Amino acid sequence: MSVTIIQKQDFPDFVNRLLSQFRVSGPVEEDGGYAFRVIENSDDLRLDYPTTILPPKKFLLPTKETLFEFDKSGNGTVQAPVVEPRTVVLGVHTCDLHAIKLLDRVFSTGHIDPNYTLRRKQTLIVSIECLTPCDENSFCKSMGTLSADDGYDLHMTDVGNFYTIDIGTEVGEELLQYAKTAPATEENMKKLNAVISEKWPRFPYRLDFDISDLPSLLNMSMKSPLWEELGERCLACAACTNVCPTCFCFDVRDEIDLDLQHGQRIRKWDSCQLDEFATIADGHNFRQSRALRQRHRFMRKGKYILEAHDYLGCVGCGRCARACLVDITPVGVFNELYRQKEVGGQS
Amino acid sequence: MIANKSYVTLADYGSVDNQLFMPVPTRIKKVVSLNDLNKLFTLELPGGMSLDHRPGQFVEVSIFGVGEAPISITSSPSRSNSQFELCVRKVGDLTSAFHNMRAGDIVGIRGPFGRGFPIEKFRGKDILFAPGGLGLPPLRSLINQVLDERAHFGRVIILYGARNPDELLFKDELKEWGDRKDVELLLTVDKGEENWKGHVGVITTLFKEISIYPRNTIAVTVGPPVMYRFVLMEFLAKGITEGNIYLSLERRMKCGIGKCGHCQINNVYSCQSGPVFPYSEIKGLEEAL
Repeated sequence: MSVTIIQKQDFPDFVNRLLSQFRVSGPVEEDGGYAFRVIENSDDLRLDYPTTILPPKKFLLPTKETLFEFDKSGNGTVQAPVVEPRTVVLGVHTCDLHAIKLLDRVFSTGHIDPNYTLRRKQTLIVSIECLTPCDENSFCKSMGTLSADDGYDLHMTDVGNFYTIDIGTEVGEELLQYAKTAPATEENMKKLNAVISEKWPRFPYRLDFDISDLPSLLNMSMKSPLWEELGERCLACAACTNVCPTCFCFDVRDEIDLDLQHGQRIRKWDSCQLDEFATIADGHNFRQSRALRQRHRFMRKGKYILEAHDYLGCVGCGRCARACLVDITPVGVFNELYRQKEVGGQS
Repeated sequence: MIANKSYVTLADYGSVDNQLFMPVPTRIKKVVSLNDLNKLFTLELPGGMSLDHRPGQFVEVSIFGVGEAPISITSSPSRSNSQFELCVRKVGDLTSAFHNMRAGDIVGIRGPFGRGFPIEKFRGKDILFAPGGLGLPPLRSLINQVLDERAHFGRVIILYGARNPDELLFKDELKEWGDRKDVELLLTVDKGEENWKGHVGVITTLFKEISIYPRNTIAVTVGPPVMYRFVLMEFLAKGITEGNIYLSLERRMKCGIGKCGHCQINNVYSCQSGPVFPYSEIKGLEEAL
């Protein structure tokens, strides 16, 4: 599809017109950091944000949601009040875009998850090209997520005094009816090309090996001594999985109202790092140690999810590394496993 | 047309199975106490709905306000229609609440879920069953199916072990099976009691009592995780091949549809690919056994 441009001076007007039609969310500055929030004014947006604590995943898979409501006095169940307004998420980085592609795959393969699917259909994604690394923890270039060919409705690139807009879908194109646009000129395209070619060298490769080798590296690392070492350090706080854009495991439980008759079945984010995650009724825990749970986490990210869903389970956003209190990082772990292989260490 | 600030519900999307998380209200028809810990519930689906399960599959049982838990189906398809049976051990919150329920009460049912036993592959073979403890209820579904189609199978050998005589489940049926000429039933208890005249010892001690023709034998075991390693060694020592050994792997299962992650064994979602596996499929999986 052709490339369109929006002048930066016209962008607030675009956002404000979207606000009159949709629920609009995007990155805003908050408590010295950045977070995806539903915005009320285009001034709140900070499209030049480095990264957010939580990924935009929360708009598709909320931290907690009602699956259905029940009434114990009757026999039946009541359909869940899953009602979502159409939401435009602005300023999604391409790492998070890749993560959403994985979530789409997970929740639409096999049994199609009704709640996720509904939210996804109600969500329009306007992503933005990253031009500088977030910080030393991000390793998107190594993971192949520094750009994206698809997965967005619209994709923006900041080219100085204008944005170029790639149209990804028909609904994305329809969104542009709210914007003052112009077709990109030859000169616009030259500037875009310059911006893109200048950006790549700014991003370092942080993994010491090619990402296509990650699954086999992990395959050989089942019995690495590194897992025990991580287990010794890990506090099992689950911060890593809570901030992860690709973690989708959940718990299902009931919450009952004070009348002890009505209540909700809810699902909420869960974490394989928590002690009870794989514990069965008789108390047997299939991943009792923190070492086994850390191994499970990294195996999922680089191997299991790929085997199950054809996408890597890590997009290199670096959020888990920033959140970890004891400095367990995917770059550190993957590179250490690679080093152990290279020096002919444990297998 | 892209909708504006409109609100939609699941009903707007016809292609989505919006019943996926919704349990079917199911009436308890009968409750039988098997011993202190275990009760047998007969349930009836509404409107003549049929469960259509395979031996080895499970359902998610809901008790509103308490939650949901996976329970294996103990009745065999040949003896189930809109009615089916669950054998429930009182061990957690949901099962304790279940034990307090009586005939006429309603529970929620989702399922059946998972991969059951490939009974069609077992036809013409000798079947060696080795359930341990609470492993009998899921295997009872398969055993009774085999007995209902008895002519299609070779020898039927059942080695059943429990911790003590009281914990032997389905005693009436055990007697029935024991009385049949076409069933070889051997029982053992880890610890005997005064009136117990039978075999004493863990289940593996029964294996020396039987001889089999390994090339034509399918071996099936269900029991606590700790038992598998030892029973598998006995099967393999008898010369049964890894692809002819079947077992059921119990895991925590919250959704039953391969999403929530709790039942994951490496890259395998046990609730979808299992809980029944041939040993050949899981022997390379760390954390499986």
